[in-house]
Amino acid sequence: MIDFGSPRETVAFVLLALGVGFDLLGCIGLVRLPDVYNRLQAGTKCVTLGTFLLLLGVVVRFGLGGMGWKALLCIWFIAMTSPTSAHAIARAAHRSGVPLAAGSVLDRYREAGEARAAEPAGGGREEGAAP
Amino acid sequence: MRILATSLLAFVVWLIVTWSFDPVSLAAGVTIAAAIAWAFRRVEMGEVRYLLSPVRLFWALVFVPVLFAYIVRSNLDVAYRIVHPRLPIRPGITRARTSLRSIPGRTLLANSITLTPGTMSVDLVGDVLYVHRIWLPADDPDGDTERGLAPFERLIRRIFE
Repeated sequence: MIDFGSPRETVAFVLLALGVGFDLLGCIGLVRLPDVYNRLQAGTKCVTLGTFLLLLGVVVRFGLGGMGWKALLCIWFIAMTSPTSAHAIARAAHRSGVPLAAGSVLDRYREAGEARAAEPAGGGREEGAAP
Repeated sequence: MRILATSLLAFVVWLIVTWSFDPVSLAAGVTIAAAIAWAFRRVEMGEVRYLLSPVRLFWALVFVPVLFAYIVRSNLDVAYRIVHPRLPIRPGITRARTSLRSIPGRTLLANSITLTPGTMSVDLVGDVLYVHRIWLPADDPDGDTERGLAPFERLIRRIFE
């Protein structure tokens, strides 16, 4: 049980509750938003903050021991990998022709892609430059 | 040199994850860290050694709470749009030029964008970032994105450039 007499437990509980709340909002966003791109937004925002708060709750509850440092390490990894995977998925989706939802107002990336396609070979981005 | 740095980093991660100072565990950690560093020896990581400078490290430490504040603000904004019955979104992909040159600097900028106000980095072509936004302003969306990046760029420049 949670001991609300202890400030530490209370703070940890509030962080955990907020974390679960943001994770839930992220999931609702995943269901409600239209296209891939907007859904990735819900996935990379509410869910990362929700998870950060859960992990911070763990740090507060258990202190900076084995558990706390592991939680901090997880925060670091999520902060690095979540945006990277969102970028990879969004880019791959766009390149394989997944359209933006109806009601989207602008797509500079498609315009740029068309400009590249119109140019002679070699004029565009450096394909395969990254490993 | 790079192998040494990577293995040191991998060993620190090992220490945190195992949380054991038993000699057998430490020996295994050293071996595995060295093996990982060797396996990834060809991966270009940019000028990460910049972070050895205390001034840059200071700005990196300033960057963390600033980014966290933006993340919280963006989450409240996105959460509001998600729970609003009419789902008020005006999504689209905008273009923004970045003045950052270094690889880690640009990576940090792109990652920060994805973590903050309704924005997500889709791609970086040359020095142009393509940013998907959940709500675009009616006039000059590209300029608006660029202005939004400016505070991040200023901080990141102090860290990496």
